Amino acid sequence: MNSESPKSSNQPGPKPGNTALKLVLAAVAMFGFGFALVPLYDIFCEITGINGKTAGPVERVEQWVDTSRTIKVQFLTTNNAGMPWEFKALQEEVEMHPGAWTQVEFWALNPTTEDMVGQAVPSVSPAEAAQYVQKTECFCFSQQKLKAGEGRNMPLIFSLDPKIPSHIGTVTMSYTIFDAGAFAE
Amino acid sequence: MTTATANHDDHADHGHHGPAKGIMRWVFTTNHKDIGTMYLWFAFTMLFIGGTMALIIRSELFQPGMQLIEPEFFNQMTTMHGLIMVFGAIMPAFVGLANWMVPLMVGAPDMALPRMNNWSFWILPFAFGMLLLTLFTEAGAPNFGWTFYAPLSTTYAPSSVTYFIFGVHMMGISSIMGAINIIATILNLRAPGMTLMKMPLFIWTWLITAYLLIAVMPVLAGVVTMMLMDIHFGTSFFDAAGGGDPVLFQHVFWFFGHPEVYIMILPAFGIVSQIIPTFARKPLFGYASMVYATSSIAFLSFIVWAHHMFTVGMPLQTELFFMYATMLIAIPTGVKVFNWVSTMFRGSMTFETPMLFALAFVVLFTIGGFSGLMLAIAPADFQYHDTYFVVAHFHYVLVPGALFGIIAGVYYWLPKWTGHYYNENLGKFHFWMSFIGVNVTFFPMHFIGLAGMPRRIPDYALQFADFNAIATVGAFVFGFSQLIFLFLLIKTIRGGEKATDQVWEGAEGLEWTIPSPAPYHTFAEPPHVK
Amino acid sequence: MFSRTWQRLSSVVLGLLSAPAVMADWELNMPRGITEVSQSIYELHMLIFWICVWIGVVVFGVMFYSIFKHRKSKGAVASKFHESLGLELLWTAVPTVILIAMAVPATTVLIQMYDTTNADVDIKITGHQWKWQYDYLGEDVGFFSNLTTSQDEIYNRTDKGENYLLEVDKHVVVPTGQKIRFLITSNDVIHAWWVPEIAVKKDAIPGYINESWALIPEGQEGLYRGQCAELCGVDHGFMPIVLEAVTADQYQIWLDDQRAAKIAEAAAALGDFSYDELMTKGADVYARSCAACHGSEGQGMGSVFPALAGSSMALNDMAGHIDIVLNGKPGTAMQSFSAQLTDVEIAAVITYERNAWGNDTGETVTPKMIIDAKK
Repeated sequence: MNSESPKSSNQPGPKPGNTALKLVLAAVAMFGFGFALVPLYDIFCEITGINGKTAGPVERVEQWVDTSRTIKVQFLTTNNAGMPWEFKALQEEVEMHPGAWTQVEFWALNPTTEDMVGQAVPSVSPAEAAQYVQKTECFCFSQQKLKAGEGRNMPLIFSLDPKIPSHIGTVTMSYTIFDAGAFAE
Repeated sequence: MTTATANHDDHADHGHHGPAKGIMRWVFTTNHKDIGTMYLWFAFTMLFIGGTMALIIRSELFQPGMQLIEPEFFNQMTTMHGLIMVFGAIMPAFVGLANWMVPLMVGAPDMALPRMNNWSFWILPFAFGMLLLTLFTEAGAPNFGWTFYAPLSTTYAPSSVTYFIFGVHMMGISSIMGAINIIATILNLRAPGMTLMKMPLFIWTWLITAYLLIAVMPVLAGVVTMMLMDIHFGTSFFDAAGGGDPVLFQHVFWFFGHPEVYIMILPAFGIVSQIIPTFARKPLFGYASMVYATSSIAFLSFIVWAHHMFTVGMPLQTELFFMYATMLIAIPTGVKVFNWVSTMFRGSMTFETPMLFALAFVVLFTIGGFSGLMLAIAPADFQYHDTYFVVAHFHYVLVPGALFGIIAGVYYWLPKWTGHYYNENLGKFHFWMSFIGVNVTFFPMHFIGLAGMPRRIPDYALQFADFNAIATVGAFVFGFSQLIFLFLLIKTIRGGEKATDQVWEGAEGLEWTIPSPAPYHTFAEPPHVK
Repeated sequence: MFSRTWQRLSSVVLGLLSAPAVMADWELNMPRGITEVSQSIYELHMLIFWICVWIGVVVFGVMFYSIFKHRKSKGAVASKFHESLGLELLWTAVPTVILIAMAVPATTVLIQMYDTTNADVDIKITGHQWKWQYDYLGEDVGFFSNLTTSQDEIYNRTDKGENYLLEVDKHVVVPTGQKIRFLITSNDVIHAWWVPEIAVKKDAIPGYINESWALIPEGQEGLYRGQCAELCGVDHGFMPIVLEAVTADQYQIWLDDQRAAKIAEAAAALGDFSYDELMTKGADVYARSCAACHGSEGQGMGSVFPALAGSSMALNDMAGHIDIVLNGKPGTAMQSFSAQLTDVEIAAVITYERNAWGNDTGETVTPKMIIDAKK
């Protein structure tokens, strides 16, 4: 190694080492920012209700029911790859007034010879409707444990906020069920 | 590779007798010229490796049907081609040019942190060696595209994904250290009298690029770390089963990815801004505007990332925001093009090889910019997204864009580095073959993309056959033309007409005040800039 | 292959000189498409394109003029001017105005594309590796749609058909004159559903539902072909879409036919099938549902997809063979086929796999055995 650090002493002002240190800190901060994007993304989605994600359980409040119109709510179910459960909505759709509380049932059955844990993930279409979906009880809030061969009904109790814009006539609530064994609580 | 001139009067310190001998010189060197040379040869090697993969891809796509390779290997080729070209060829080449030229252009004796400079380089052969070795494993190399979306790259990835992640980390550390070095050098070691607004444009563009690197390479490190955790440590950043979101991956990746493409072009803007004034014998038009335009582009690059995600299902307002922000970037980019043309206008131009590549850059990069503007229009993008129209766009801005910029810079500074002029006829031959090859390869891709051919497919419907055949022919012409460049480089290093210090009649800047070839140590005493 | 290349080159030359029918191969542009939205997109595309062409003509025009006139060899002497605030402001302001002019129609079209309200028909589309699944909501009609181009065509053993790589066993049938809403999701990795002629492209994301819509005007009945538009693994290029637009009346008839066929299939599963019937049907099912991964001769694909010819499961383990076809193998690309294939088809394909390619077990798997295995 022949060369030494270039002379900085013939120049006044900040030394390269100081600049370098500041930039290292900046790089570390940006690495942290990358990870911070994860909760920031969720917060952003929750506040704006976009991306079709619905919020957690709300308290059931008796609210004004808009009897002047009905909204068709469809229920879709999808099994993720490698998830062998039977999983379906017992009602394909309901017509409901915004503000009215409604209960629908879903059926899940574990047909295998092993105990399993499933997680249902909700998604709403149109995405802008998601922020108006109010759920007091949903099987999607927690993991569902089914023993080998066990099946049961799972309720969903929800309402649509009466403030839901009038141009929305159909809301589709879709649940995808995943094998959550790897994330079992 | 510089020849050592044991000119002891060049430096006030002691006992140096030029560079060390043998291979250990290169392993231990902290000299910016040596390190620049290593980066450039490394990048050139990676260009040929990535280029071979491109030719394998284009060979399979020459005709409909599977003739040469299986779809699984095809996906490995497209993935590795992208990774190697982006991270192994283009970025290290620009770093190599920075290493060589930044100290010379600011009048500094070396980079601010020479030992870190050595580490920055030597990480790269290890990182890419590891990545390339995965090709020979049973599970095969990464096959999920260079953009590695989850869950294809997490739950469904081959085992080589872990090596891919380590390779990205290593390469990212190299880039970050390189960027720190460049900023520290430019901010602290400029010769007295060189204020910021007197710096050459190449220095400005590299300064801004270095800030971009520091801002976004850590985010890339973050996203691959999240992948690593999902794959091996039971987290679920991108897995809906555990409460995660595959779309989150795309947001974080493109937050890095969009500034990344500006990282890959801004230094080329700088190179072209040096070359055109030299060969037009006229000062760069609108220096201040060029600085502000480059800064605007860098700033805007942070707020447009989701234009890569227009079909992902974002809400309307978000989609509109990203469309408008993306369209805005056209303005400062256009300003730069107009300034280059104004530099040429009423100049006194000659057309040596660097100028040819620089002029081709202006035209062909602009064409790539036009297809970029079309892609920015979100409703139309629904028909362009994930088709060959996108492939055409980014190859135009990266190949006759970034790569021609690099090649132009190499031809421009080669006489300074080696002390010999390269053979101008061979240079021009290389240029014309490359120009023809690049257009025959990539122009037809606009058509097949518009006609409906998706990306990343190893086989295609019959109506796409003819243009695919043409593109393949072009690819072979372009690829083999780079052998002319290799031949010319070696020939010039070994000998040729002696170059003057000035080298080019219209050239200005501190790098032209030192001898050709540049002595091993330069500017031990800083020059004074008026 | 060398002579094939010459064939190709000469057909290229001849094609250039001959009938317009061949010009389809030289397609230069996006299709106008058959819907109002697709045509709006096309017009927007052409508008932006022409603006870019004109800007290019002007800018390159000045540049090429300069290259010819302002050269040292012609005696040009370099001027010294190097800045002009006025020019910088001008060429910042003018592009800004042009961009605003582009943004206005772009915004209008995008708002149109996002309006999925008041649909008449809802179709749920699920992307799988590597095929599409369609469910007509509220109609009790659902099916999988597989590529039907043969491995022989792909591997150049026979000539390629006209709709090479763009043909499937079951079309997505939709009515004209009615608004169709597409609800798109995925079973595994991210895919994307794209039919250029109706300008619908949307990512299929596991765990999430995306929506899009189309209204095909009456009079535009016909077949429209599309492809998956997001890298999704090995057979990303081999999972096309065929949209079949029919009149509203024909659509209702088709729905009724689908429902009747499902009942008939369930009944047929209880009947008797001969060995030959099962082998013939099995070969057909194998070609479109299994061959892409397991090979047309059951040879598999390296270590990625296991061989069936000579495999111990095909030769010995009948219960395991039935189980893996019905339930798949979690953690691998082998999916469950119980929802995709009828009991008859499953029985047939397993019979075929146990007897083809020299496996010769002589065993027959009946649909009744499959029904029993499902219990």
